[in-house]
Amino acid sequence: MAEFLQFLISGLTVGAVYALVALGFTLIYNASGVVNFAQGEFVMLGGMVTVFASAAGAPLPLAALIAIVAAVIIGLLLHRLAIEPARGASAVTLIIITIGASILLRGLAAIVFDKQFHKLPAFTGETPIDILGAAVQPQSFWVLGGTAVVVVALYAFLEHTILGKAVLATAANRLAARLVGINTTTIMALAFGGSAAIGAVAGILVTPITLTNYDVGTLLALKGFAAAMLGGMGNPLGAVVGGLLLGLLEAFGAGYLSSTYKDAFAFLVILFVLFAAPQGLFGRRVVERV
Amino acid sequence: MGALLNQRFLTLVVLAAVIAVLPLLFPSSYYFRVASLVWVAALAAIGLNILMGQAGQVSLGHAAFFGIGAYAVAIGPTHLGIPSWAALLIGAVLSAVLAYLVGRPILRLKGHYLAIATLGLGVLVALVISTESGWTGGPDGMPVERLTLFGWRVSGSYTWYWVTGALLLIGTWIALNLDETPTGRAFRALHDSEVAAQVVGVDVARFKLQAFVIAAVYASLAGSALAFMNGFINPDQAGFLHSVELVTIVVLGGLGSVVGSIVGAAVLITLPQALTVFHEYEHLLLGLIIIVSMIFMRNGIVPSLSALLLRRARS
Amino acid sequence: MTILKGTDLGISFGGVKAVDGVSFSVGSGQILSIIGPNGAGKTTLFNIVSGIYVASRGTIHLADEDVTGLAPHKLAARGLSRTFQNLQIFQRMTACENVMVGRHLREKCNLLPALFRTPSVTRQNRETRAAALDLLAEVGLKDVADVPAGSLPYGACKRLEIARALAAEPRVLLLDEPAAGCNAVETEEIDHLIRQVADRGVAVVLVEHDMKLVMKISDRILVLDRGRPLAEGTPREVRDDPKVLEAYLGQHGAREAARA
Repeated sequence: MAEFLQFLISGLTVGAVYALVALGFTLIYNASGVVNFAQGEFVMLGGMVTVFASAAGAPLPLAALIAIVAAVIIGLLLHRLAIEPARGASAVTLIIITIGASILLRGLAAIVFDKQFHKLPAFTGETPIDILGAAVQPQSFWVLGGTAVVVVALYAFLEHTILGKAVLATAANRLAARLVGINTTTIMALAFGGSAAIGAVAGILVTPITLTNYDVGTLLALKGFAAAMLGGMGNPLGAVVGGLLLGLLEAFGAGYLSSTYKDAFAFLVILFVLFAAPQGLFGRRVVERV
Repeated sequence: MGALLNQRFLTLVVLAAVIAVLPLLFPSSYYFRVASLVWVAALAAIGLNILMGQAGQVSLGHAAFFGIGAYAVAIGPTHLGIPSWAALLIGAVLSAVLAYLVGRPILRLKGHYLAIATLGLGVLVALVISTESGWTGGPDGMPVERLTLFGWRVSGSYTWYWVTGALLLIGTWIALNLDETPTGRAFRALHDSEVAAQVVGVDVARFKLQAFVIAAVYASLAGSALAFMNGFINPDQAGFLHSVELVTIVVLGGLGSVVGSIVGAAVLITLPQALTVFHEYEHLLLGLIIIVSMIFMRNGIVPSLSALLLRRARS
Repeated sequence: MTILKGTDLGISFGGVKAVDGVSFSVGSGQILSIIGPNGAGKTTLFNIVSGIYVASRGTIHLADEDVTGLAPHKLAARGLSRTFQNLQIFQRMTACENVMVGRHLREKCNLLPALFRTPSVTRQNRETRAAALDLLAEVGLKDVADVPAGSLPYGACKRLEIARALAAEPRVLLLDEPAAGCNAVETEEIDHLIRQVADRGVAVVLVEHDMKLVMKISDRILVLDRGRPLAEGTPREVRDDPKVLEAYLGQHGAREAARA
């Protein structure tokens, strides 16, 4: 029971990070149709900038804020300099551009920072809390709570503000949104900025548990992408559920089956899900019109 | 028809001439090595281009087959006592079988779903390679025994230049052959409109699968060649970044253009070699090159250039 | 002899019955037209018959074989071919190559000979191209045989689709609005072409809005309205059916027409 609970909580914690990455994917995908493989680099930036800002003497909250702002600026630049000029290019071309951006950001981080692993102190101490025999890192609660806050805030923004509704409208039909006077370029910039902020938050929250270096983004992006697919591309709720599911799968798979193949479970499951339900778990089945 | 035949013939002649003449310009064996790397990458890219450019199906995990080919010639002789040349064939057959088995369900998917499924396949193969260290040497890689053909030990960058050059020539010939056949037309037809291809009787699933298997075999042979040439292999060759590199070569050179794949390989392989002077900045520059070339050459170098030349010729 | 027969076909999308209880049959050399207002389910019916949609009820028989739910390429192999209302041409291929793809089922298509381009492949290629050029000549597109299909004008694309469908030497040909967007002269040519095809013994099923064309060339007409069959008969019977007038012109219009 204690073991089960241990896996459950560690799975949810990792899953929460995947969920945030997947949410970032979904936000950009909905606003622009772009699958942003540089999403993992936002997480990396969140962690790395916080580490180096606090090493330079900034208190943790300030360092975190600096990291989020830095990530947002990078996100906006990515949109302005790499995505906007390639408007109208094919999906594959856009994917390659974001992969190029991800390689570039990684190279940049290796130069500006370094190639070492870095750790942040846990926000509220490192003494494990005992829950029914499972030893839980306090930081896990920060990750889960932080994720919940982000999800709720994003939901409120999308459903209850004019700007949020404009994002939803753009996601539903870009042309129609432009026709009713929504500046879709601004919406896309907003999506890149927002998605960068979400990624950075994930990086800040999880770095005390998993460490960070210039290279952590790739695998995170792949798994976030997998989570977004699992939930059905373009569905924010699906992204969150997909992320949590993926985290749980990994934790239980590593715990009960094989820890060396921990990273394989995510992709095995993705393959099986896609074989059975080619539109993801919560994706809409579309009838092709001819 | 005669014109088409000539164009195909001309491409092969020019390529053969380039392969034959280049060595005259090479000041050191290092250049032979870099050129061989280009030929190998081009071979894999030409295969992938049949899948992506002709049949219109993306694969973000193609390095998996490259890796299978590479590790087949590493593991076969070392652990199983299989002769190197047989291991090369076994690798190609294994790649074809894997592509055939997973291709059917995977190729039902479209767009981003196809991208993630192929990506997943690639990551899984790479994970197995780097985890099963008893067989593969794990993340550190493993040495590869030299290829011996009829008592001839194939080694040295000069020799491998000619071997890989010949392989590329054969690969180019086959890819060009395919273009003007019922199979090649079926590929291009399903790329443009699956539903229209179906109603004239094209078994879309079967032809997608054929393209996938062909591309897998090309990648596998290229992987084997690289492993022999380097005498060493590591899991990066099967990894996600290598898959991305292959896709970038194809798109950068020009989707559907055989010559484009060779040009794309030349650009993407030689640029980082030229940039090793800025070793620190290698990744940064590679990323930058990818972004800039995709923005300004989104139709690929060869199609963009030939369109430009055509316009010049007209005016 | 009846070659294609649909019995009690139905399909619904999200609760809307797009086609509901439609039956029809057509014999070799006959022309059956399916008409009806927009949204009547004509194209959906075509998509069911050609295997693109799977009907939720009903059966389709092709030459006395039950082919319900068969995939499009299998139906094509049994002699069913079609064109599309919104063009589905192979844009990046030349006009001639488009028609050559239409010959797909008539070609030997083995992978290994193709990879090494054996003499038999080259010979077959020559034959296929010759056959494709003949068909292009028949629809008046011989001059543009080597032009990329994506750069052809709309009317030419329509005829290209017909040529491609004919290349398969079908027993049944479904034409979805072949004359849409064509001028009077082009429509005349298409009319002529369809007649010729039917005279060769091919069963033609036609969806068309050009009533003059439909009335002139159809042997029988099936009228659909909101997915349901409204009337069926010869052009004369259908023209005089008050229900048909009402569906097309509304009640008021029908009264006006009756008075006129």
